[in-house]
Amino acid sequence: MNDPMIAVQGLRKSYGRTAVLRGVDLTVRRGEIFALLGPNGAGKTTTVNILTTLIHPDGGTATIAGADVVRQPAAVRRSIALTGQYASVDEFQTGEENLVMMADLAHLPKRTVRRRAHELLERFDLTGAARRRVGTYSGGMRRRLDLAISLVADPQVLMLDEPTTGLDPASRSQLWDVVRSLAADGTTILLTTQYLEEADRLADTIAVLADGQIAARGTAAELKSLVAGDHVRVSFDDAASVAAARGLGVAGIEDAELDEKALALTFPSAAPVRAIRDVLDRAESRGLAVAGVSVVKPTLDDVFLALTGGRPAPSTTSTDTTTADTTTADRSAEEALR
Amino acid sequence: MTTTLAPGARTAPATTRTRAVRAPLRDVATMTRREARRSLRSVDGLITAFALPVLIMSAFVVVFGGAISGGTGGEYIDYVVPGVLIMCLGMNSATAAIGVAQDMTTGTIDRFKTLPIFSLSALWGHVIASVVRNLASAAVVVLVALAYGFRPGADLGDWLGFAGFAVLAVVTFTWICVVFGLVLSVEASMSVSMIFLFVPYLSSGFVPVDTMPEWLHGFAQHQPFTPIIESVRGLLMGAPDASTIVTACAWLVGFLVVSVVVGGILYRRRTAR
Repeated sequence: MNDPMIAVQGLRKSYGRTAVLRGVDLTVRRGEIFALLGPNGAGKTTTVNILTTLIHPDGGTATIAGADVVRQPAAVRRSIALTGQYASVDEFQTGEENLVMMADLAHLPKRTVRRRAHELLERFDLTGAARRRVGTYSGGMRRRLDLAISLVADPQVLMLDEPTTGLDPASRSQLWDVVRSLAADGTTILLTTQYLEEADRLADTIAVLADGQIAARGTAAELKSLVAGDHVRVSFDDAASVAAARGLGVAGIEDAELDEKALALTFPSAAPVRAIRDVLDRAESRGLAVAGVSVVKPTLDDVFLALTGGRPAPSTTSTDTTTADTTTADRSAEEALR
Repeated sequence: MTTTLAPGARTAPATTRTRAVRAPLRDVATMTRREARRSLRSVDGLITAFALPVLIMSAFVVVFGGAISGGTGGEYIDYVVPGVLIMCLGMNSATAAIGVAQDMTTGTIDRFKTLPIFSLSALWGHVIASVVRNLASAAVVVLVALAYGFRPGADLGDWLGFAGFAVLAVVTFTWICVVFGLVLSVEASMSVSMIFLFVPYLSSGFVPVDTMPEWLHGFAQHQPFTPIIESVRGLLMGAPDASTIVTACAWLVGFLVVSVVVGGILYRRRTAR
């Protein structure tokens, strides 16, 4: 029961002279949401294609529910479903016809085919559009149908290759909810993404794929702690207070980075709560005007930048972080690199 | 070990042998239904299948017929119908190249390949739907030809022979197009029909080979469309020639075997990129 659902060891794949995967290892437990995070070209899709039996690896092994992807592809196909980068649904068929087709291909007993299709239409909020051709669907509806199609055969392992690329924020969060509920029901999910926020919000375990290798893995919190500790940010009412604050004798504050516009100092701290208390106590006794204090946690952007040495893809990742956080994040990532 | 049963495991256990036959047949039937829907719902496809053949027939009979007739020893319409038929069957088969190319680029074929189904069922679905579409199209062409004054000499046996020969031709043409669809982009796949539009002109389909310039004789006499069209002509005129039909079938079966083998390899190797 505790056997991993997905076990990958030393996976290698080259196209011509280009090594796309250079020894990838990963393990995914039953019911886990596992995110493979990486920039374009890192080898995410190649990994998924190998795990779904679409291409053969040059070296290494991969098993799904105990079946080897190269030697037992038929057994692997019985336990997986793939939702690719594009919504692979037929525009010339209706939503219902697409689902019935996949139920037939899953060899469901004929009398249950239609019932299964209707269950999934209901679950994915597509009942009203069931008899419309998919060509008339919105992007979000197509993605939902795409996911519904993947679930027709009740797969043990669901592979989602960049499932929310091109979706608006509302559709994206709707899709995340579905993925979470699937995992709660015991489906193992491997998803690839270039969106840090997606990995952070959705995944139990994240593996950062960079340059054909796993650069780091862990929970979002573990990955963040790998890169940099917490920072303390203190802002003041006037420039004189900022200048004086450097002499407060709090660990790290003398070298703090100055944000002149915001009149704020930011510095790394191993004990941020204590640092904040010290700053407030000493500032009060010296009459310095403190406007605000905060602990700045590192974001996955830091991890991504530090590990991949590249920029995260332009995305909505920073929507729920403040500008100040992002500035700090960039800086601490650079520090981690040094 | 498993908590979630695969649906296959839930099905009442049929004997292994009946399942081994029935499952692939169900897969092919499902894929054929899919392609039939695509054909019926695509305006382009319907035009290629039904309007274009009628227009080509009209062009040859009404527009060119007057000028060409005389050189063919009888009514030109009786001479040209087999050529038009084969040309239309070819162009109509080429629609499959576009369908396969679309399935490749949208990742649909990738998804089919990750299913525990008969692996070539998606391609056979294209081929069988193409046969049905083409037989309907051929029936329309023959009816229009009859309306224009075509007077075939075929008896029932000849007609059945023609139907069987047409099925073999369409299966072969479509498999060739499927191979093109697996390697070409959607845009490029649209020009596959040009093969079937132009190569038949360089055969005995529209004018007798001896009226062409001499340097073309070698190619025109020996290229596959000549025995294929001559076979149809013989059958429709009620005077089938066994050796011509054997030559035509040899060409068709040869192309078919190569296309199925190459198509099977490409289908397994290529993924959407």
